Amino acid sequence: MKGNEAIAEAAIRCGCDAYFGYPITPQSEILEYLALEDPYNKRSGMVVLQAESEIAAINMVYGAAGCGKKAMTSSSSPGISLKQEGLSYIAAGELPCLVVNVSRGGPGLGSIQPGQADYFQSVKGGGHGDYRLIVLAPNTVQEQYDFVDLGFELAFKYRNPVLILSDGAIGQMMEKVVLTPQKDRSVTLPSWATTGKTPDRERNRIFTLNIETDVQENHNRKLQAKYKVVEENEIRYQEFKTDDAEYIIVAYGISSRICMKTIQLAREKGIKLGMFRPITLWPFPKQKLFELSKNVKGIFAVEHSCGQMVEDVELAVKNNTPVKFYGRSGGVIMTPQEVLLFIESEMNK
Amino acid sequence: MAKARGLVEILFDTCKGCELCVNACPFNVLQLSDQVNAKGYHPSMMVNPESCTGCASCAMVCPDSVITVYRVK
Amino acid sequence: METVIEKTNVNVDIEALRKEIIKEENIVFKKTIGLTDNPLSYCPGCGHGVVHRLIGEVCEEMEIIQDVIAIAPVGCSVFAYDFFNLDTQSAAHGRAPAVATGVKRTMPDKYVFTYQGDGDLAAIGTGETIHAANRGENITIIFINNGIYGMTGGQMAPTTLLNMKSSTSPYGREMDVHGYPLNITDMIAPLRGVCYATRQSVHTPANVRKAKAAIKKAFEYQKLKKGLSIVEIMSNCNSGWKMTPVQSNKWMEENMLENFPLGDIKVPQDK
Repeated sequence: MKGNEAIAEAAIRCGCDAYFGYPITPQSEILEYLALEDPYNKRSGMVVLQAESEIAAINMVYGAAGCGKKAMTSSSSPGISLKQEGLSYIAAGELPCLVVNVSRGGPGLGSIQPGQADYFQSVKGGGHGDYRLIVLAPNTVQEQYDFVDLGFELAFKYRNPVLILSDGAIGQMMEKVVLTPQKDRSVTLPSWATTGKTPDRERNRIFTLNIETDVQENHNRKLQAKYKVVEENEIRYQEFKTDDAEYIIVAYGISSRICMKTIQLAREKGIKLGMFRPITLWPFPKQKLFELSKNVKGIFAVEHSCGQMVEDVELAVKNNTPVKFYGRSGGVIMTPQEVLLFIESEMNK
Repeated sequence: MAKARGLVEILFDTCKGCELCVNACPFNVLQLSDQVNAKGYHPSMMVNPESCTGCASCAMVCPDSVITVYRVK
Repeated sequence: METVIEKTNVNVDIEALRKEIIKEENIVFKKTIGLTDNPLSYCPGCGHGVVHRLIGEVCEEMEIIQDVIAIAPVGCSVFAYDFFNLDTQSAAHGRAPAVATGVKRTMPDKYVFTYQGDGDLAAIGTGETIHAANRGENITIIFINNGIYGMTGGQMAPTTLLNMKSSTSPYGREMDVHGYPLNITDMIAPLRGVCYATRQSVHTPANVRKAKAAIKKAFEYQKLKKGLSIVEIMSNCNSGWKMTPVQSNKWMEENMLENFPLGDIKVPQDK
């Protein structure tokens, strides 16, 4: 199954209520797969709608999520930029939803080949205001599949938007996937949702405006307190041959797949290289990386960008050990060999 | 048949004194008060209550729903 | 109750009148339960308040308060979520029809309406408006047209008349520079997804009653799943126009209605 198709199938099976999308390479298969499957009529009853723009799609998600429904959208880098306004509102309104970015090379229209240059946008808040997205970075098609259900679970647990930051390579890659049984769509909606004001309760309002500054600040404090709980409870990462490693690569997504091979090649040459893969890019697993960095000679941040995650790596490592960056961008995919060459040259400095 | 007789109650402190009801009343029942309410407006009030028919024209154009209209036949 | 009825120069026993007439059974008009008790944030004499009330009254009379989800815009009516006694979502500027689409598609049995001004609907939200209309979304758009951006202090709107002054067209709207007033209701009415398009106003008691009937019709068509209904309501913006409320209603009648004539533009063809 293709990475993009895995997302679509997972959405149907996890009981998602609605998908709103707009075509853009390299993620159009998500919308196409859903259109072909026609879950509204043939499977779970999930709504699938092609919107007139990414902006409309994310606002449709806002509307459905405001009704307590499991709603999602997907796009690729330029389209995700268009969704930032909506994401800021969704985060401010504390609505749960899932957004998938099958990212490509940027900036601007960039290229349609894989890229990881949307890291800042994803983890630092791409829209305006103090907010956070929970960001999951899959590196297999199985994870593409699994993170849809996980994403919705986290989104509803914290009433917060969740972003799956994938890339064109994982999206287009074909791998075997273990599918899970079809879940029912939820019939009970959250108490805060706008479902029609019944006489037994006050009206429910989904809004993001607080003209009074102290009210807005209190709202921000509430959000920050929530983000702190997320940071304490939801950090996910994977370690690969770090036990005896003298050097560690930090990479996520497609870069981490490529670096698996780099590590194999390095080990064949006797270089004790390991890898630390953040799965949650926000919250970033900084404490674990800090611990690991105490016992190694160097850390290499490897990304398909001009250097974005490396900033969080440096912040986490806190000068315990040198941090070097290697990246390719614009849609160019690095080879395991060139990463190893870079590491060897840095080791010999 | 006797003419319908009406009366309106206007919320003193919620009225914004926009005068639309004064203008809409076909029988010149209403006028703005000389008094000033909590918001600083001169609220509308009845000055010719005997002319009121309870037609609710005033309430129709009132943007702030401050008018309650009563009517007896 | 904070009521005042003053006796001025008339020789009437007001207390006796009150005693006789002010009784529950004699009420012919009172504030609808479709609105909350929050005082409206609008300027004195603003048409928004009337339209809010009409929507509340329609919801109350149709007994559908528990089945309505309202979408508030950005603009003067940004606080609409505090005035409607309804479950409400507040949308980003111009995005209300998209938000309403998300609501209606996942809650198809609910009545969903957007409440939008001319800046929200006819400028920044043009795309969302046209495509929701073209899809025939089963929603109702209540569109308040006062020819100006009220909330931000009286700037030129797409609906501002030629030669009309605003803070961003201080010498009057010029065709060469700013283009013509946009008549978006007429523009979307021919779309097959639109079942009902009408233009009303709230500047006289008679017009208010007609506007209310139009809103009710729109909700009824929504129940019948006929497609998108749009009720444009011409309103004043006395602060933006720098007039008294009474003058502004007169000015609207004399100037705005020529460009934006009142009446039904499209009604459902089948019974």
